[in-house]
Amino acid sequence: MTTTARTPARTSGQSKPVTMSSKKRPKGSILLTLLTSLMALYALVPLAWLLINSTKTQEGLFSSFGLWFDDGKFALFSNIADTFTYDGGVFTRWLANTLLYVVVGAGGATFLAVLAGYGLAKFNFAGKKAVFAIVIGAVAVPPTALAVPTFLMFSKVGLTDTPWAVIIPSLVSPFGLYLMWTFAAQAIPTEMLEAARVDGASEMRTFFRISVPLLAPGIVTTLLFTLVATMNNYFLPLIMLKNPDWYPLTVGLNSWNAQAATAGGEAVFNLVITGSLITVVLLLAAFLTLQRYWQSGLAAGSVKE
Amino acid sequence: MAVPQLAAPPAAPPQGVRRRRRSLGGWQFVGPFMVVFALVFLAPIGYSIYLSLYRNRLIGGNAFVGLDNYTQALQDAQFWSAVGRVGLFLVVQVPIMLFLALLAALALDSGRLYGKSFFRVSIFLPYAVPTVVAALMWGFIYGSQFGLVGNINDALGVALPDPLQPSLILASIGNITTWEFVGYNMLIFYSALQVVPKSLYESAAIDGAGQLRIIRSIKIPAIRGALVIATIFSIIGSFQLFNEPAILRNLAPNAITTYFTPNFYAYSLTFSGQQFNYSAAVAVVMAVLTIIVAYVVQLRGTKELG
Repeated sequence: MTTTARTPARTSGQSKPVTMSSKKRPKGSILLTLLTSLMALYALVPLAWLLINSTKTQEGLFSSFGLWFDDGKFALFSNIADTFTYDGGVFTRWLANTLLYVVVGAGGATFLAVLAGYGLAKFNFAGKKAVFAIVIGAVAVPPTALAVPTFLMFSKVGLTDTPWAVIIPSLVSPFGLYLMWTFAAQAIPTEMLEAARVDGASEMRTFFRISVPLLAPGIVTTLLFTLVATMNNYFLPLIMLKNPDWYPLTVGLNSWNAQAATAGGEAVFNLVITGSLITVVLLLAAFLTLQRYWQSGLAAGSVKE
Repeated sequence: MAVPQLAAPPAAPPQGVRRRRRSLGGWQFVGPFMVVFALVFLAPIGYSIYLSLYRNRLIGGNAFVGLDNYTQALQDAQFWSAVGRVGLFLVVQVPIMLFLALLAALALDSGRLYGKSFFRVSIFLPYAVPTVVAALMWGFIYGSQFGLVGNINDALGVALPDPLQPSLILASIGNITTWEFVGYNMLIFYSALQVVPKSLYESAAIDGAGQLRIIRSIKIPAIRGALVIATIFSIIGSFQLFNEPAILRNLAPNAITTYFTPNFYAYSLTFSGQQFNYSAAVAVVMAVLTIIVAYVVQLRGTKELG
């Protein structure tokens, strides 16, 4: 009914195509662009600050204006070199740890969420309603409320202070499951699965050959969400890990920052800033590379309800 | 009804003959998730509840105390001051952030912006910055030593209030959180706006509706689902506040107490105080509070839909 109601408006528009096509793209508004520029400035100025100050030495940080370069010297490259060599090159170790936690933790979480979201969207099975209710309830439980009991449990079985203590809790993303469930329900035509079954393909084969390619944008979106969640989870590695050799970048950088406040600790704010910049650049590269995929996935996830 | 994409995903059609095979098929996909979920979600919740019912006494060791830890938590002034602080944060920061995000999303969707993709990407960028790095960075900017605030004071000869002083620290943290998440929420709203059929706007414009009217009567109702979800996630995020106060505490030890947020309080109780049982009770109370508030928001949000 709505379709028929809409058609006349469209055809009447087409009767005078010249004005319609010029109206279809409304004129740009300078005022609106200026106002939005304020938002963009708010977003970008702190990042510009980070970039500018990573070119300064520890002394230069104190002697120069925050949003301009230090006239004396341009220390970006020596800062980068120092970041990687300071304290026996522990930054490289933190970088590798972060990569491990992200690849295994966020990658594993995405894999489990894709499987389960697909199962929930495309199968009827005993206990499905219960699964759904429990998982949706779990979205509201703050992960940090789980971290302390998990720590106590892990310390009983000797898992604390090992990479597993960070990886295992990262493997479950109820939000990722929710996202994949809505995405799979929309992106995979059930008739297609029926056809594959009639042809005698096993469920796993059908999943990998037919469904995974259709799910690709949703998978990338889920991967980016779990990646950000893993990177943002500071609480978990903070309580689980004592040995700096297993720190991810975030915990490591804060330990460099905090050492200035301890007695006899050396202030290395220039390295904290440069290390932060390196972390941000790596993440941004991941985001922008995958941009094309995750935006279409996000659209599908957000229209649910 | 006019927007088929907004409907709930169709349930898989029942296939009586192959039901048993399909049931196995379903569990073979959902099973692995549920096993890990039971291990890292259900087990800690159960253990937390168990712990919260005991207390470690100097004499007599670990003893069952029933709901004593909970009565203690409910009468604990430090706990309630922490809850009040995140409550205030929630009531002020979440609406500001979501309002800004909505404005930006509407600006992007209006088609009247020059350089649209530049704005979309640049406002979103902060989301890709880990919260710890964001807190470190803003901490430097706030700082009086080599921070921007100090620079501006020196350059202009003014005395801006110190953002790290006790009366401003919560607002300063709110600014960091807003900076981090405004772009993320903007993108959620923008994606939802993009699936609204453009023909609806044309019909409304022909009926004489202005831009504001279209926004109020078509756009906002159309993305209500996304608004509710973003609100719920922001509420959960506020109640969990930990990273920013934990990082800024290095700079402002006097402004940020050990019971600044409920999470920080539970952390301090466990790791400085070794009060595992009491800390578990605090975490359980906080989880229940979060679930209640999120649930109420969801009920209200979906009820107004009808």
